[in-house]
Amino acid sequence: MSVTTHPGDVVMDYDEALSKFDPVLGLEVHVELGTDTKMFCACPTTFGAEPNSQVCPECLGLPGALPVVNAKGVESAIRIGLALGCEIAEWCRFARKNYFYPDMPKNFQTSQYDEPIAYGGRLDVELGDGAIYRVEIERAHMEEDTGKSLHVGGSTGRIHGAEYSLVDYNRAGIPLIEIVTKPMVGAGERAPEVAKAYVSALRDLLKALGVSDVKMEQGSMRCDANVSLRAKAGDDPRGAQQLAVPLGTRTETKNVNSLRSVERAVRYEIARHAAVLAAGGSVLQETRHWHEDTGVTTSGRVKSDAEDYRYFPEPDLVPVAPTRETVEALRATLPEPPTKRRQRLQRDWGYSDLEMRDVVNAGAVELIEETIAAGASPTAARKWWLGEPSRRANAEGQDIVTYAALLGLTPVDIAELDQMVVARRLNDSMARQVLDGVLDGEGRPTEVADARGLELVEDAGALEAAVDEVIEANPGIAAKIRDGKVAAVGALIGQVMKAMKGQADAGKARELILARLT
Amino acid sequence: MTDDLTRTTAAQLADGLADGTISSVEVTSAYLERIAAVDGAVHGYLHIDGEGALATARRIDERRAVGDRLHALAGVPIAVKDVMVTQGVPTTCGSRMLEGWIPPYDATVVSKLRAAGMPILGKTNMDEFAMGSSTEHSAYGPSRNPWDLERIPGGSGGGSSSVLASFQAPLATGTDTGGSIRQPAAVTATIGVKPTYGGVSRYGIVALASSLDQAGPCGRTVLDAALLHAVMGGHDPLDSTSIDAPMPPVVDAARAGDVRGLRIGIVKELAGEGYQPGIQARFDESVALLVELGAEVAEVSCPNFEYALAAYYLIMPSEASSNLARFDAMRYGLRVVPERVADPSAEQVMAATRDAGFGPEAKRRIILGTYALSSGYYDAYYGSAQKVRSLIARDFAAAFEQVDVLVSPTAPTTAFRLGDKLDDPMAMYRNDIATIPANLAGVPAMSLPSGLADEDGLPAGIQILAPAMRDERLYTVGAALERALIDTWGAPILSRAPELAKGA
Repeated sequence: MSVTTHPGDVVMDYDEALSKFDPVLGLEVHVELGTDTKMFCACPTTFGAEPNSQVCPECLGLPGALPVVNAKGVESAIRIGLALGCEIAEWCRFARKNYFYPDMPKNFQTSQYDEPIAYGGRLDVELGDGAIYRVEIERAHMEEDTGKSLHVGGSTGRIHGAEYSLVDYNRAGIPLIEIVTKPMVGAGERAPEVAKAYVSALRDLLKALGVSDVKMEQGSMRCDANVSLRAKAGDDPRGAQQLAVPLGTRTETKNVNSLRSVERAVRYEIARHAAVLAAGGSVLQETRHWHEDTGVTTSGRVKSDAEDYRYFPEPDLVPVAPTRETVEALRATLPEPPTKRRQRLQRDWGYSDLEMRDVVNAGAVELIEETIAAGASPTAARKWWLGEPSRRANAEGQDIVTYAALLGLTPVDIAELDQMVVARRLNDSMARQVLDGVLDGEGRPTEVADARGLELVEDAGALEAAVDEVIEANPGIAAKIRDGKVAAVGALIGQVMKAMKGQADAGKARELILARLT
Repeated sequence: MTDDLTRTTAAQLADGLADGTISSVEVTSAYLERIAAVDGAVHGYLHIDGEGALATARRIDERRAVGDRLHALAGVPIAVKDVMVTQGVPTTCGSRMLEGWIPPYDATVVSKLRAAGMPILGKTNMDEFAMGSSTEHSAYGPSRNPWDLERIPGGSGGGSSSVLASFQAPLATGTDTGGSIRQPAAVTATIGVKPTYGGVSRYGIVALASSLDQAGPCGRTVLDAALLHAVMGGHDPLDSTSIDAPMPPVVDAARAGDVRGLRIGIVKELAGEGYQPGIQARFDESVALLVELGAEVAEVSCPNFEYALAAYYLIMPSEASSNLARFDAMRYGLRVVPERVADPSAEQVMAATRDAGFGPEAKRRIILGTYALSSGYYDAYYGSAQKVRSLIARDFAAAFEQVDVLVSPTAPTTAFRLGDKLDDPMAMYRNDIATIPANLAGVPAMSLPSGLADEDGLPAGIQILAPAMRDERLYTVGAALERALIDTWGAPILSRAPELAKGA
């Protein structure tokens, strides 16, 4: 069965596609390093600064300017390589990748070609059900980012049809590490899930290394997804029969800038390729653009052998040759590996396996860790993050970290909320209302509680009066309790809470009722 | 010191300035008058900054008057090759592409000249982006050789060599990728030095071929060149390929000039066919003089020099094709919007600009380099050329195990006539045959005048080559030979150059 989702593109039902084809992925992740200065000059790297305010002769490509390597950038690259289990080159060079583009000041990108700083690593990725998929890493190399073009006029915001374009060179020269996987085979129908889990795991790892702020929504971590299909052979995607089938033609989908998009884009391309192949066509080797809003990819540049970057070693830079002592010293700075760290946190927090998996799947490990550090109990931190914020993030198609960042909801907020519950200023349902207020942008938890007038009534007299009134108004229920049917107390508590307009401590109400009737 | 300040050496000017017998304003004014009188005929300058030069001269005179400690060359004017960016002063590299561009920053070399208090008279002509051996590839017209205005002053640094030989500056800067300092020096009877690669910062020097380019001093005497070398050189953190080591003692070597016991090697491969008889004769006489001065001479062989020209014409254009990519009309310099194209794209503007902005030699080299780096050809061309480069470096290493310096004629011919080789690029390229090996290996080399060729009465040059970081040996040999030659001639050779008509 084929479904048309976009003019020109036919996709196959996913399950049907997987019954006929075996997907193979290759992911290229670009990470902007969080160094204070650019890769080849001393310009600052602050995000969001006034356009073209963080530039100099070098990153503007002025005649005569020369690059100087950022030592911190090289250090970060080595640490990333080590954390991915890579070999670190004893000697490697930068190379020039030559092509013309207005946002590239020198019309070549200083990158690495056949001599990457790190190569041959792996990352074990945990899937939703706890299964582990090992991603083999081809290489991690250093390069510089380009400037950013803004196409003004026209309807699409793309260069085609624009009246004019503006270029901001603040981003030009920001250090990038490109991490390239080997072909990811054997994932079968779980390929999109593996892709997402890999990018997520990589994000956690880079964050733990402290080398980047890894904000996909700001573009400091970007993913290009290569997808190809080959005929299905046998029932085991890892079986010898399947592995013997040659790889199909790949497409490279760019602009995949959220975890959810990684999964969706891969899934879409699998379904699109399948439709093309099933109809007897052949997949065009090309760049595809992912559209977050419509959930489809569209054709970009056709990639062919004609694209020739004329790489050659960058003669303006000297080779990078980290000594083994340097490498070992950097290895000693590596943080605990994420899987080990998770086991430790689960122990520390006292979560069950299921609880921990929920937290990991929600992508909330770091949020919860910071919330606990800010003073909340592990149980409360999990409860609040996996509640409304998580539900809303899912509904918006966002991951929790991105969503919370967009709304400005911080671990400190959750800890503050929890503190108010612990201090008996709020009860559970009031706390939920406060959280809603925070998510709706009404302010910090204390401000929301103040503004909405949410406060447990501490006036014992008012509560006792309410209890007395409710007992008097419900003689039948009161009698049952007196006769030993303590479970009936719930009905009275509900009425007391109602009388108190919710602003009472239900536990205390229960105590008072039982004290009077038993 | 002669009465004519423009005929005085930079070292003598420095002494006169130091002891207060002359002022920098007087010296600078004398040079500006000379420029006004003769540069119409020579066309050595692309831009003259009289105001800027005089402002510096006044400041230096004032500082000297109040007893400030000043650099040895403070107040001595200089001409700067137009390939070095100068803040606030136009820098064109001899190309239409940069016509009207005012750089917002100074090259490190220029900063050093300014810090030393040297008035910058102006920017000198050059082949476009330093591509050529004659200045005929300057978009602004050729410079002329003061020895014969119908002949080339060498290239690419023909502007600097012609202003020195016509007494329009006491010192000048140059850059040398395959001989652009040394060949102009040879054909104008001036001194030019290509230091060890990495000895002088390349920051702010518009790149032709990054792994070959090296800036160096140009002057009328060996000591003057040494004094300027000491100002220009030294480690620069802004240039990753800059050598972080103390400067070779070039000035001391130039002052001493003692070659007794020094072993000098004659490069067998840089002689014979293609070398003009008059050039060979002056070279042989110079070697004989060095022997008289106490040097030992031996012949050495550098068998791989044969492949130097071919390797050079792959590496240089390859790097140039990439270095020149930045000239795309997007941020600075020329912008040409193609006619008869409705709503041209950025790519179409780039193409139209590069078509209009680059001259034929620049285009030729961009195409050559683009081809040589192409996928499928890289190994055969760029890769093989790099291997030849290693072999040439090995030849030098082997030679320097036997001798302390090497010598050869600088260029195979004297200055040719303007237009003679313009239609034959290969003939033009062959003029660099003796100078290219030093660039490929990164070793330092100097050209100084060896006399005039009998057949045409035009200057001949001798080249001295030394091991990397031993630049002082060039000055040792150069100073000794210069002294002996002047004794033979009875006066500096430039005194034999024809007088230029004033106001021509």
